[in-house]
Amino acid sequence: MPLVHQFLEASAALTPNKIALICGERYTYAELDRLANQVAHALCALGLERGDRVAIWLPNSVEAVVALFGILKAGGVFVPVNPATKPDKISYLLSDSGARFLIASGRNLAPSSALAELSPNLVAAIACGGPAPSYAIPWATLLTGPAPRPPHPGTIDLDLACLIYTSGSTGEPKGVMSTHANVAFAATAITTYLENVPDDIVINVLPLSFDYGLYQLLMVCLFGGTLVLERSFAFPAAVLRRIAEERVTGLPGVPTLFATLLQMDLDKFPLESLRYLTNTAAALPVAHIQELRRAFPRARVFSMYGLTECKRALYLPPEELDRRPGSVGIPIPGTEAWLEDECGQHVPPGGTGQLVIRGPHVMQGYWNAPELTAARFRPGRNPAERLLYSGDLFRQDEEGFFYFLSRTDDIIKSGGEKVAPKEVEHILYSLPGVAEAAVVGVPDQILGEAVKAIIVPRPGAQLTDRDVLRHCTQHLEPHLVPRIVEFRASLPRTDNGKQDRRLLREPCAASLA
Amino acid sequence: MTSAILQHIRSYILSNFLFSDDETLLDNHASFLENGIIDSTGVLELVLFVEDTFEVTVNDQDIVPENFDSATRLAHYIQTKLEASHAVGAPVP
Repeated sequence: MPLVHQFLEASAALTPNKIALICGERYTYAELDRLANQVAHALCALGLERGDRVAIWLPNSVEAVVALFGILKAGGVFVPVNPATKPDKISYLLSDSGARFLIASGRNLAPSSALAELSPNLVAAIACGGPAPSYAIPWATLLTGPAPRPPHPGTIDLDLACLIYTSGSTGEPKGVMSTHANVAFAATAITTYLENVPDDIVINVLPLSFDYGLYQLLMVCLFGGTLVLERSFAFPAAVLRRIAEERVTGLPGVPTLFATLLQMDLDKFPLESLRYLTNTAAALPVAHIQELRRAFPRARVFSMYGLTECKRALYLPPEELDRRPGSVGIPIPGTEAWLEDECGQHVPPGGTGQLVIRGPHVMQGYWNAPELTAARFRPGRNPAERLLYSGDLFRQDEEGFFYFLSRTDDIIKSGGEKVAPKEVEHILYSLPGVAEAAVVGVPDQILGEAVKAIIVPRPGAQLTDRDVLRHCTQHLEPHLVPRIVEFRASLPRTDNGKQDRRLLREPCAASLA
Repeated sequence: MTSAILQHIRSYILSNFLFSDDETLLDNHASFLENGIIDSTGVLELVLFVEDTFEVTVNDQDIVPENFDSATRLAHYIQTKLEASHAVGAPVP
């Protein structure tokens, strides 16, 4: 398998003058490769050693792209972090990953007055733009040396390329370890079924800290296409205008993005260049699939399913969409999947069970978390092999196509993002006046599920929903902040005294508010 | 007129996104998105606020950073819309 940064190097050798990235300005493959070489040499000069973790806490930007490839070229492991991450959580991520370097926006670094305040492991922080604090090294100083060639740290494809943090039901995010071989295999399999060609122009509005967004960049470099990188989907009309201007052929999205598009007057935008749309992160309602096909008659729609622990597991070939619109398809090329019941027995087609995944895309497990790893990644048929137990319930039809039924944990999927109730509850409990708190997902037309906080105040506490929301906004990333706050006198419990999450999701007539 | 609109936008943002009365938290020129003041779904809430409060119709094509990504930009956009509909002096609650 090629190393991940060799995707960029190979395309730079083959088509040096082709536009690789459109992000404000246009960057050719040769330019990106040269910038990444400069960053790699600069990181080595700062003391980066093979296998060191380097956190990238940046919005979607050319700096994030160059940093990622530069880290890999230097032999490091990149750890992408959502730019909206709050100080408490960045400290956790830095200390959990043991990152020695941090590349961040000046604005994100500004509140920390010293490097050690962020994490004691850090050797250096590099600031991109903004009001950077004095301890930070300006990004521009990494781009000064001549660097026609990358360093030679000796990386092989069994080495880690990245740690991608994902929310789990324990509440603490876990870093999924991906080797170069894992990433290269997954990227190759996905570009194979999408039938990507160098003429493809893909627009990415998803954060590069989210594996779905990250792989858009990696895959484009692999097949030698062009990536249009946007900050977000906050301004849908601006994104549609960009699709029209740049003659974009591929639009990866999540259900919330497509639900928003379907509410717009799409006739105002010339979008006939779109060749395919992909959806993952949560299931698209069948009605939306049908509306999308009417709105984009020239585009093929791919319904897919995956989890960070294997990147992508299933995809539905678009020609099957009419026959089985509710299915997320079959295993990606070169992999297999089946269903098992609670006793670990294979469930034949027609039945329901937990999805189990086998293939070279099954990642290495969770960083520094052997017990969690052992629960999810279990021994396979051959000595060095691991099977991935997805934790999700599926049905399989007689012809082998899979249908997602439900999760087996409490994780909420809101706007395509995973929300661990425990992570939000932990912040709610830190608000004075909260006696008990529970967080559940409730149906929402645009978000799929909206985060709802249910709070039992302490006797005499004068809490308002505004107090709760202000506290959450200060301590949580935007997608984790509850949309709804409800006060109750008590929380429903099961017979053994645990919170009854099913009853919690139902509206309560006896709420206090 | 624009300053009345601006003040109205400011109090809406402070109360609905920053959950605070502290006026110093919001710079009129600061990008809502870059500063994490609002997120994607927040933009849609902002559009509804503009339509309901100022009785203007916001077209999809108008929902772009040039019009919606700071208090000043939004005030300017609303002012232009009100003038275009000959409604200068129309109710600003």
